[in-house]
Amino acid sequence: MTQSAILTEGLAKSYGSVHALRGVDIVVPQATVLGLLGPNGAGKTTAVRILATLLLPDAGRALVAGRDVVREPDAVRSQVGLTGQYAAVDENLTGRENLELVGRLLHMGRGAARARADELLDAFELGDAGRRPARTYSGGMRRRLDLAASLVGRPTVLFLDEPTTGLDPRSRVSLWDVIAGLVADGTTILLTTQYLEEADRLADQIAVIDDGLVIAEGTSAQLKDRLGGDVIEMRLIEPGRASEAIALLSPLAAAEPRLEAETGHLTIPVHHAGGALTEVVRRLDGANLEVAELSMHRPSLDDVFLALTGRRTDTDRAAAERTAASGRFSRRQQRKAA
Amino acid sequence: MTATPRTIPLATSAVARPRSLSWIATDAVTIAWRNLLQVVRNPQLAVIDTITPIMFVLLFAFVFGGAIRVPGGNYIAYLMPGIFVQTVVFGATGTAVGLAEDMQKGLVDRFRSLPMAPSAVLIGRTFSDALRNLYTVLVMTVVGYVIGFRFEGGLPAALLALGLVVGFGYSISWISANIGLVTKSAQAAQGAIFIPIFPLTFASSAFVPVATMPSWLRPIAEANPVTVVVNASRGLVSGGADAATVGAALAWIVGLVVVFAPIALLSYRRRA
Repeated sequence: MTQSAILTEGLAKSYGSVHALRGVDIVVPQATVLGLLGPNGAGKTTAVRILATLLLPDAGRALVAGRDVVREPDAVRSQVGLTGQYAAVDENLTGRENLELVGRLLHMGRGAARARADELLDAFELGDAGRRPARTYSGGMRRRLDLAASLVGRPTVLFLDEPTTGLDPRSRVSLWDVIAGLVADGTTILLTTQYLEEADRLADQIAVIDDGLVIAEGTSAQLKDRLGGDVIEMRLIEPGRASEAIALLSPLAAAEPRLEAETGHLTIPVHHAGGALTEVVRRLDGANLEVAELSMHRPSLDDVFLALTGRRTDTDRAAAERTAASGRFSRRQQRKAA
Repeated sequence: MTATPRTIPLATSAVARPRSLSWIATDAVTIAWRNLLQVVRNPQLAVIDTITPIMFVLLFAFVFGGAIRVPGGNYIAYLMPGIFVQTVVFGATGTAVGLAEDMQKGLVDRFRSLPMAPSAVLIGRTFSDALRNLYTVLVMTVVGYVIGFRFEGGLPAALLALGLVVGFGYSISWISANIGLVTKSAQAAQGAIFIPIFPLTFASSAFVPVATMPSWLRPIAEANPVTVVVNASRGLVSGGADAATVGAALAWIVGLVVVFAPIALLSYRRRA
């Protein structure tokens, strides 16, 4: 029988007229990882805050480690660890003092808190840095300390709210290894992320959340099947001939090619970009269709979104605006132009 | 099959601890320890805590000392209780800033995700700020003694005077805590807290006799708790204390805590 470490039913939360969560059902079996994938403002953080007893839901219920987050918050708190988007460490305290602080707030004895702090510092390769104030730490070290702080009480359920946002790739990979180790030891993890790659790497199940609702659920492979694997993206020099290109390339596509009218970008989902790319180029060349841009990539959160909702994520839109605005146009002019 | 697949096992190791007073006290001491450690670890803060009171005493004594005529003519004796109270009130603004900063940096989220007493975050914060104020007041007393200030009323009166001053700072810390909880950043808290603090400290008898103020301001200044506490301390310092003034000062201190502490504790619990 499957045992659920986290279960929510019809979880809802509004801030005034903003509906952050509109009835979310989540089930996370013990010792597995659920990746909650979605753009900024989708409701990921709200869900985590409710589950970690920081926020009361308006409706629905949530059980963590078998305890109701509203009725038995202290029982839940003794079972969970939380690592936020920004590293919640006290910069003026040393690494060890930060961990001891958490240990003592968990009502460990002085000696036990110190022993646990040393144990975690070693495990997170912060042994030497443990005597230095956290303000001297690099971004990656801070995240590791933050994660260590959430593990002081040996939680059975861990909430990681965008644990690697803003980290360099090397620190990200090293944090992923730590997280994978925790799951192997039996910890249940709910991970929120904007990166499909991260969910792909860590999560057993992925729930895609948008506008307060879970819009798709499944394993990484299942989600990618819906996308058709990899993505080839192009822009023709003559955008008017896009339909011609679609007709030529459709037989190669794993799913319906999509054309963005505004930008002229043509997206073709394929099973394996490597093999398909040559054939795509051959066919375009044969029809004298010249390309201005051509790229292949693994599907991103944006592609998942485009496939599931037919629109791009706000994150990507914001990023595109930023890029555009970094030229001579102001953002307002940019909007006007668009 | 009658069982639903969504069966949830009961947690075996989760033991909810009873919320007891000793639990709140232990957690508050831990939080206060952390707050004070922050000061020790941050030499700039420690230096500011030491330099500011010295600077205030010297500036007020030598800059205003010659210009302001006070009853009895001894401005240092008149000044010290005023500067004590003004400094602890300013010190209490640190409660707002510290709390806002902890919220901004996510530390409060961490505290709230732990099975600790929620009230300990505020109780520990106001307690550690009171200890910082006590340190500041002691530094000022030493500087005051160097430039000729003396407690004339004996040791018990001197201790009571310092107790009133630090106690008043503690009660202002609870007002400050409320402001820290509603502002979103340390900077905003810093700005917001001085809006009530400036008129409170300066429209009082802290630096000048209320009799010198315009007639419309006088009743306000007389009723100002800063005036009440300053007058009580002055009485205790000079050896001419009357029970009514000291009683009024104590009533203000207790009253402010009784009103603002529960509001702050409720606001902390409700805050997302």
